[in-house]
Amino acid sequence: MQSIRFTRSPLLSQRLPAWRQRLLLWLFLSAFAALLVRSAYLQGFHNVFLGEKGRARYERVIDISATRGRITDRHGDVLAVSTPVKSLWAIPEDVSLTPAQSRDFAKLIDIDLREMNHKLASERDFVYIKRQIPPDLAEQVAAHKYDGIHLQDEYRRYYPSGDVTAHMLGFTGTGDAGQEGIELAFNSQLAGRSGSRRVIKDRRGSIVEDVESIRPPVEGKDIALALDGKIQYLAYRYLQQAITENHAKAGGIVVVDTLTGEILALANLPTYNPNNRQHLVGAQLRNRAVTDTFEPGSTMKPFTIALALQEGKVRPETTIQTAPGKMTIGTATISDAHVHGLLSVAQVIQKSSNIGTAKIAAQMSAPDMWAMFDSLGFGSPTKLGFPGEVGGRLRPAKTWKPIEQATMSYGHGISVTLMQMARAYQVFARDGDIVPLSLLRLDVPPATGVSVFSPKTAHEVRAMLELAVQSGGTAPQAQISGYRVAGKTGTAHKVEGGVYANKYVSSFVGFAPASAPRLIVAVMIDEPTGGKHFGGDVAAPVFASVMAGALRSLGVAPDAPLAPLQIANAEVVKEGI
Amino acid sequence: MARINIFLLLLVVMCALGAVNSNHRARKLFTELEAEQKRLRDLDVEWGQLQLEQSTWSGHARIEKIAREKLGMRTPLPGQVMLVESSNDAPSKATALPKAD
Repeated sequence: MQSIRFTRSPLLSQRLPAWRQRLLLWLFLSAFAALLVRSAYLQGFHNVFLGEKGRARYERVIDISATRGRITDRHGDVLAVSTPVKSLWAIPEDVSLTPAQSRDFAKLIDIDLREMNHKLASERDFVYIKRQIPPDLAEQVAAHKYDGIHLQDEYRRYYPSGDVTAHMLGFTGTGDAGQEGIELAFNSQLAGRSGSRRVIKDRRGSIVEDVESIRPPVEGKDIALALDGKIQYLAYRYLQQAITENHAKAGGIVVVDTLTGEILALANLPTYNPNNRQHLVGAQLRNRAVTDTFEPGSTMKPFTIALALQEGKVRPETTIQTAPGKMTIGTATISDAHVHGLLSVAQVIQKSSNIGTAKIAAQMSAPDMWAMFDSLGFGSPTKLGFPGEVGGRLRPAKTWKPIEQATMSYGHGISVTLMQMARAYQVFARDGDIVPLSLLRLDVPPATGVSVFSPKTAHEVRAMLELAVQSGGTAPQAQISGYRVAGKTGTAHKVEGGVYANKYVSSFVGFAPASAPRLIVAVMIDEPTGGKHFGGDVAAPVFASVMAGALRSLGVAPDAPLAPLQIANAEVVKEGI
Repeated sequence: MARINIFLLLLVVMCALGAVNSNHRARKLFTELEAEQKRLRDLDVEWGQLQLEQSTWSGHARIEKIAREKLGMRTPLPGQVMLVESSNDAPSKATALPKAD
């Protein structure tokens, strides 16, 4: 067979019609033109939408979580810390668990099966099954890969010292926002602000490039409190002991460093465990030392005496006639628990005579006394930043009647918080001045405070307060072996519905060592019903135990011989109420 | 002319490969950086947990309980305390206070 070469193919000699060629050319050209127009449209006009779609394939916006700051005590021991936990949530529609799976799942996460089924049967799109579960449990749940059940990162706040520091620290809610105490007062500093950034992720999900930081995260700041963990524990423990022994309703204690005004301890009872707040009642939450006012009673007397000394109305050795133990002012009669007869001003404090104090107060003008109370901070809140801080009641001087001036001089008709009392006693523990109290650790102590009394007056009253805790005073039980102590008891009837009830508030405020005061301890016991109700019997022992332990832990040099105390034989004077 | 063009072409190809290479390396380093930063966060979390654990173990209530019950410790009586002078100018010496009992 003869082969036909392509170039000689007979088919080539047949001429095709010219229009076919041209038609094809135009078809191709117009197709190209259409493509050009389309691509120009996509590249130039419709690019925003497409660019977004493209970026969505590889770019991700990720959240950068910020941790809430830690709260530590003055030595750096952690009092509150946030640590990540997981929360289990579900889209009820998507959940398809067999009854056996449900049972296992409920058992694994330790919740009631019926409760879980009830949650999963709800109409909502989003339900929490269990919040804040530990990370290792979360891993076990994740390993099962149940449909429709998801894990979410959350932070949980832990308080290792539990009920001991409950009122000081407060707690945070589920949104990690402070709700009480320091957590609320310093929330803006503690709270972190989570940020976000845009990144490029590769096929395996690891980040390969940082595109931009949308919002930088702000880590919460750590806070170092003035609180001393050891003193706080001592304060809490001895307060608790006293409340149990005296069957009291409540109590509070505050320890202040006189050199700096730092609050080394603050405890209230009843308290709660901040790590488990399921059965909280209002009484447990009350931070009594700053939110509850009480009529202080005799702890107020030293201020009246100090003012009289300052104004030169009396000298410590001036004698006052307190017999016959009753005094009528207007229509009201005030009285002492015992008839003391002729007392020196120092003895008025030592024996806590109402008549003596009232007679001294009668020599002064109401505006002067009001100014003194005001400059000591009574009637105005302590401004520590705690929620619910109150200022107590101090009425304007022009509304005072003579009987009110008399009762106020020994602490009735005026109401204060325990924190205010501790603050005011700085005038005697320091040299007549007051520095603001601080919840935070101060690296530089405040230079000088606001002067209320002269150093001479402060020293004279300090000497009287030392007499009050010695034999023949109202509180020999406040003595500590090895240290000279100064302080004053207070016992007051509670006011209920405008009348004085047969219930008491016993208190003791004092400082030590008396030669160079370092600490102020203020104790308040509400409604002791164990048979004793005088401040010297109920509150003074708490003061002594806490003060002794605190001075020892701070390494303060003793200023008295370390001799066993002979409190049992001491002559105790019952104070007037 | 053609030689220069070929040379330039080679140069461009080399630069392109270099750019690809350095980009790849940058991404690898960035992944490492990310891993280290994650480790930093994890360690910070662990530190917090350890602090928590330390605070729990060293709780004053626990220490006191063990000291009193397990170790049989107690607060020294006033007569059993000895004061040590800590002044720097005088030679430090232990002075036993007169025993009271």
